[in-house]
Amino acid sequence: MKVLVTVKRVIDYNVKVRVLPDYTDVDLKNVKMGVNPFCEIAVEEAVRLKEAGVASEIIAVAMGPASAQEQLRTALAIGADRAILVQAEERLEPLTVAKLLARIVEQEQPGLVLMGKQSIDTDNNQAGQMLSALSGMSQATFASRIEQNGDELHVTREVDGGLQTLALKLPAVVTVDLRLNEPRYASLPNIMKAKKKPLDIKTPEDYGVELRAHSKLLKVEPPPVRQAGVKVADVAELVDKLKNEAKVI
Amino acid sequence: MVNLVIAEHDNQVLKPATLCAVSAAQQIGGELDLLVMGQDCRTVAESAARVSGVRKVLLADHPAYGHQLAENGSGLVAELAVDYSHLLMASTSNGKNLMPRVAALLDVGQISDIIRVDSADTFARPIYAGNAIATVQALDAIKVITVRTTGFDAAPAEGGNAVVESIDKVFEAGVSRFVSEQLAVSERPELTSARVVISGGRGLGSQQNFQMLERLADKLGAAIGASRAAVDAGYAANDMQVGQTGKIVAPELYIAVGLSGAIQHLAGMKDAKVIVAINKDEEAPIFQVADYGLVADLFEVLPELEKAL
Repeated sequence: MKVLVTVKRVIDYNVKVRVLPDYTDVDLKNVKMGVNPFCEIAVEEAVRLKEAGVASEIIAVAMGPASAQEQLRTALAIGADRAILVQAEERLEPLTVAKLLARIVEQEQPGLVLMGKQSIDTDNNQAGQMLSALSGMSQATFASRIEQNGDELHVTREVDGGLQTLALKLPAVVTVDLRLNEPRYASLPNIMKAKKKPLDIKTPEDYGVELRAHSKLLKVEPPPVRQAGVKVADVAELVDKLKNEAKVI
Repeated sequence: MVNLVIAEHDNQVLKPATLCAVSAAQQIGGELDLLVMGQDCRTVAESAARVSGVRKVLLADHPAYGHQLAENGSGLVAELAVDYSHLLMASTSNGKNLMPRVAALLDVGQISDIIRVDSADTFARPIYAGNAIATVQALDAIKVITVRTTGFDAAPAEGGNAVVESIDKVFEAGVSRFVSEQLAVSERPELTSARVVISGGRGLGSQQNFQMLERLADKLGAAIGASRAAVDAGYAANDMQVGQTGKIVAPELYIAVGLSGAIQHLAGMKDAKVIVAINKDEEAPIFQVADYGLVADLFEVLPELEKAL
């Protein structure tokens, strides 16, 4: 079966973001960018499914600026077969991303769409669920284990109280959690080979999807700053402070 | 304006997270209905009817809704949505799973994880692991919202006397089914609503050592949390993870033991009222947010602390 996997270009997870002085957004100039960590896990899972003989072809899809080609090349170096970039310079909202993906799903007819559960920049946690609704596919979010079981997919999900396993009919959308796998590093030969793999560049117009705004970003502010407190010398002082100063125990 | 809050429950008990979503809805203003979808969940609907300020409770009681499958629940909520201006649910794993589907079916955007209501269409929400707060205006006619529970005080669970109205409509997508679940059983308070949380990190070194936190937690009536490193190393269960991708907590007292305080962990706990850090590395970032820091070996400190309490 064909597997479609999505890749988002985001600020590197180790970077401490700074809000712009005019409060319009965070500063993304000259900041290290990378593949959203959850998307990396999705790509790794797709490649493992191919190695296990479950997946026949892996298509990596990204949406965003031309520079997102770098993240698609990373996915190709890890093991995706070909890539599609839907190029758009404006901010794409999750519903727009889901609509574009739904059109790609219609064209490519994958058996499975693997996505990260959330991107670490906007922290929305929406696009996978929205795609599933629009395409009428089954959904399993926050996956920590995926197994093929006959013509169903058994997916174990990380839920608030523990773990839950669902059986999905294919085609399905699965969004992945951190504990699904440990993504591999792309080797230099694979990075070289990835440069020759096909990468199609499309636009939202190619898919007939209109970029409608569902929300307006009014302001981005730094969170209230928390000041470092005091260092205590020993347990006795700590307990005393908690009892008499903070009054929390 | 009429708000519909979708209840978080386990078919037996109305979860406190629901009351935080109710509180957010009340700040938006207008009337308020509660939807209880589940199986054999009439007692939940009865509790929901007693929540202060609720106009009516809609009860959809059917096996199709028993395990909160998003494919089924979203169909029902999307159909009910025509009567409402705002649809809200706590951003629990069920809320995150369900609401974006509802939004997509209604062809509207969703505002995730709000921490503040500025007006009926403007909300604040954290982005970049809580390192920035975005103020966002929702432009669609129906606002679909998930609510960060630590951002809102729970609404009073008693004082209301709403009518319970049954809904017969059943949505069964038939594309997924529940197989099994393994839920952690604990006598301790629920992590997200506990007054005191003790969290352990990789510094604990093993699953056995992690249990040292349990005795301390028992003394303090605390819930136990963990850093991602501790969960990945197998010291603690994944549902104990606190952080950007785990649970968000804001207890009165948060005690961080042997954890460094990575950006992703701070995202889940930096709104705690008082933070205590116990770490032998005085350069650990956790000390930059801790009200009280103790630079010491946790294996010496924990037994002492247990004795002192």
